[in-house]
Amino acid sequence: MCLFQCIMNYFPEEVLEHVFDFLTSHRDRNAVSLVCKSWYNVERCSRKKVFIGNCYAVNPELVIARFPRFQSLTLKGKPHFADFNLVPHDWGGYVQPWIEALAKNGISLEELRLKRMVVSDESLELLSKSFPNFKSLTLVSCEGFSTDGLAAIASNCRYLRELDLQENEVDDRKGHWLSCFPDSCTSLVSLNFACLKGEVNAAALERLIARCRNLKSLRLNHAVPLETLQKILVQAPQLNDLGTGSFVNDPYSESYFKLKAVLQKCTSVKSLSGFLDVNPRCLPSIYPICTNLTSLNLSYAPGIQSNDLIKLIVRCKKLERLWILDTIGDKGLEVVAATCKELQELRVFPSDLHGVGNAAVTEEGLVAISAGCPKLNSILYFCQQMTNAALITVAKNCPNFIRFRLCTLNPVIPDAVTNQPLDDGFGAIVQSCKGLKRLSVSGLLTDQVFLYIGMYAEQLEMLSIAFAGDSDKGMLYVLNGCKKLKKLEIRDSPFGNMALLSDVGKYETMRSLWMSSCEVTYGACKTLAEKMPRLNVEVINENEEMEGRPKDKHRVEKMYLYRTLVGARKDAPPFVWTL
Amino acid sequence: MSPPLLGVEGQSQCNVSLMASSASVDCVSQTGPGLKENNYLGLSDCSSVDSSTVSDVPEENKKNLNLKATELRLGLPGSQSPERDSTFALQCSGKIDEKQLFPLVPSKDGICSLSQKTVVSGNKRGFADTVEGFSESKSSIFSEGNWMFNAAASESGQPKLAGNAGINVMLANRSSGTQSSIKTEGPAKASQESNVKMNGSNTNSAPAAKAQVVGWPPIRSFRKNTLATTSKNNDEVDGKPGPGALFVKVSMDGAPYLRKVDLRTYSTYKELSSALEKMFSCFTIGQCGPQGAPSREMLSETKLRDLLHGSEYVLTYEDKDADWMLVGDVPWEMFIASCKRLKIMKGSDAIGLAPRAVEKNKNRI
Repeated sequence: MCLFQCIMNYFPEEVLEHVFDFLTSHRDRNAVSLVCKSWYNVERCSRKKVFIGNCYAVNPELVIARFPRFQSLTLKGKPHFADFNLVPHDWGGYVQPWIEALAKNGISLEELRLKRMVVSDESLELLSKSFPNFKSLTLVSCEGFSTDGLAAIASNCRYLRELDLQENEVDDRKGHWLSCFPDSCTSLVSLNFACLKGEVNAAALERLIARCRNLKSLRLNHAVPLETLQKILVQAPQLNDLGTGSFVNDPYSESYFKLKAVLQKCTSVKSLSGFLDVNPRCLPSIYPICTNLTSLNLSYAPGIQSNDLIKLIVRCKKLERLWILDTIGDKGLEVVAATCKELQELRVFPSDLHGVGNAAVTEEGLVAISAGCPKLNSILYFCQQMTNAALITVAKNCPNFIRFRLCTLNPVIPDAVTNQPLDDGFGAIVQSCKGLKRLSVSGLLTDQVFLYIGMYAEQLEMLSIAFAGDSDKGMLYVLNGCKKLKKLEIRDSPFGNMALLSDVGKYETMRSLWMSSCEVTYGACKTLAEKMPRLNVEVINENEEMEGRPKDKHRVEKMYLYRTLVGARKDAPPFVWTL
Repeated sequence: MSPPLLGVEGQSQCNVSLMASSASVDCVSQTGPGLKENNYLGLSDCSSVDSSTVSDVPEENKKNLNLKATELRLGLPGSQSPERDSTFALQCSGKIDEKQLFPLVPSKDGICSLSQKTVVSGNKRGFADTVEGFSESKSSIFSEGNWMFNAAASESGQPKLAGNAGINVMLANRSSGTQSSIKTEGPAKASQESNVKMNGSNTNSAPAAKAQVVGWPPIRSFRKNTLATTSKNNDEVDGKPGPGALFVKVSMDGAPYLRKVDLRTYSTYKELSSALEKMFSCFTIGQCGPQGAPSREMLSETKLRDLLHGSEYVLTYEDKDADWMLVGDVPWEMFIASCKRLKIMKGSDAIGLAPRAVEKNKNRI
């Protein structure tokens, strides 16, 4: 034992615990647990927040056994590609067993954050009744519940501080869930119901806001009329984060004048979103807020055209985060580049998903942004076309990217000028951005791009591939090269058994691998499952007419594998085979 | 279900016609039975890739070997490029100069021909295959006809043969592998340079109809659904009020179905009303008889115009404030900016809106 260790062991555990309290990131705490047994024990008993990136990698009992005193749980369920309808309904990801287990074992849960999980009304009700100190519920991209479940939360969670619903599919029963907050509820700090479709009782909402003096974040859904917003803002000028409801009014009306007046007083609003329904002529009312904004999300505002967008953005000099639709155009992005010098994160979403729209951005917008915004570190960019030259320029301008996600609307489009694959462009990105953790590639790509990724993307943790590559070599470059890879998701690419089976041990160092519409066969999946008992290799079969199992040589349409401590899951539906 | 095809821009073959008439299922059938094996990604200019059969493959490989020396490849240790070791060592030493950020040198920075081996095995499932695969699995997300892609022609001959061939192979037919041809369309080479430019601009100005593939573009379904519903609610308009089509629904009382017109294709009210007359003539014919209007034999355009303008029908529109207005009061530009949908109302319903029209009717009869 070294001297340091001797000294550390003389400290009573309370001291260690106190030191560990300063460690909030679960990665740091995981590292600390590996030092020695006593640190492992101290750490595990003192961990308050547990993060589980794949709910099927463990089970609730194991988590409770290791961390008996945790109060906050984050769970992620379905694979990422479920967001894009690639995972069938009923695949799994149920939160119910977790809530049951936590309740049974006396965990005093205060915070629950779920992503891509199936949450039923029953689960919400059980949650609301089992944990008297429950304070915070965040649901992202979840489904399976209705406003009845929300009513249960509102009614029973006496100290609720945060109810944050982001992009969930909620069955809106037109009930009065919001009215279920009792008059005694004054603790709300954050309320986000922007994803709900139905109406809420305006008077109940106004009263709720009025009595929650600590409310900092409020995101309304589009059914809340402008008049209600105005009344709410009078009661809550201290808001930091505002999501508007319906922003439609006659700009010559009295209510609009009142709105303008109250918005001028909302000097603490730093983050703005909403505008799903909008009359662009009412937008000048928010100009006073623009000067203080650090975060602006107009990606759900298709009603605002490019010139109105520009008029807004030109006032937002402090913007750090901008989510917008591609209606802004390359010209608009040039304005962003000229104005938003503090910009760190940009997301440009496509507005026209069905037709042959002309509203789109190209490589020019991206280059302009990269030139004008030196602090840019995260980008999601849906574009009509791209060029290697542009990507190379972007790589030179912005070496600080942590997340770089490029999506060409045509998934196999080559360089728009040279018609070459976009290999070199992405190669420049990975070579220049040494801290890159997340990458999504698109456009015409050969194995070469994966050679570059394997060689240069040393910090890469998540990689998304679609319609790319020529052969198994592509996937091999990635598996061999990216040492920190945690999540790999591939669709419609010619990677097959050779790549899959070349380094089976690699998958235990990763959270998960998704491969769909590739060249992997059933036999290879079986082989992999046999060799690696601590992986769940799931094959998703969507061919209803098939009887029995496919032959070994048949291609597998969808395969999802992940490391796990608890073997095959027991809640898999019949169309999911765990090999 | 028509097999999907990738169109090739700028090439003087039937592919061009495919591109030109987007969403043209008919064109697909013109190409003959089954999939025509074309060099969709336009990497067809390579001189060695002229004819169609497997026998060409070895020739390609020979040419590949010759060009190998000019290829820029960054080999991983143990990979295929022994002659490049010194370069790799340079890279390892951490010097990063301009060159390493892959300046575009078209003749050299070609696709690494790592995929030589895969030419034969036809591993890559191209886009066409994917789409085909969906048809096999009876996906309902499919939409017929919109299968074209801007797969542009490439530049002059490159050491890209193997890569190209690999792509070509898979495009044709997944199961046939090597048999699939590497047919090229001959005259492509001559117009290469101009094609390149054209392609660049084509992508901008004339986007082909986008293919509908499951999960592409990768956007959360919540976002997709929300934006789709909003655009339906806000304005009954496809695309943006800007350049592009401005489709509005046109309903007519008593007609069994509605129509849509693109307001941007007209510049005056007169054009619009004559177009609507033509569109709805089939319905008005039926209406004539029972109401004692002119008999069928005497129907002509003028009669219809009378019907629409003078007597039975009044053209109205719903504006952004959801009010029903009489068409014709405001300047044309203002009209198309605020019109959400059109309705051809019966005279009796339109009494409140257009008293003069009703009186005209009385005068005529």
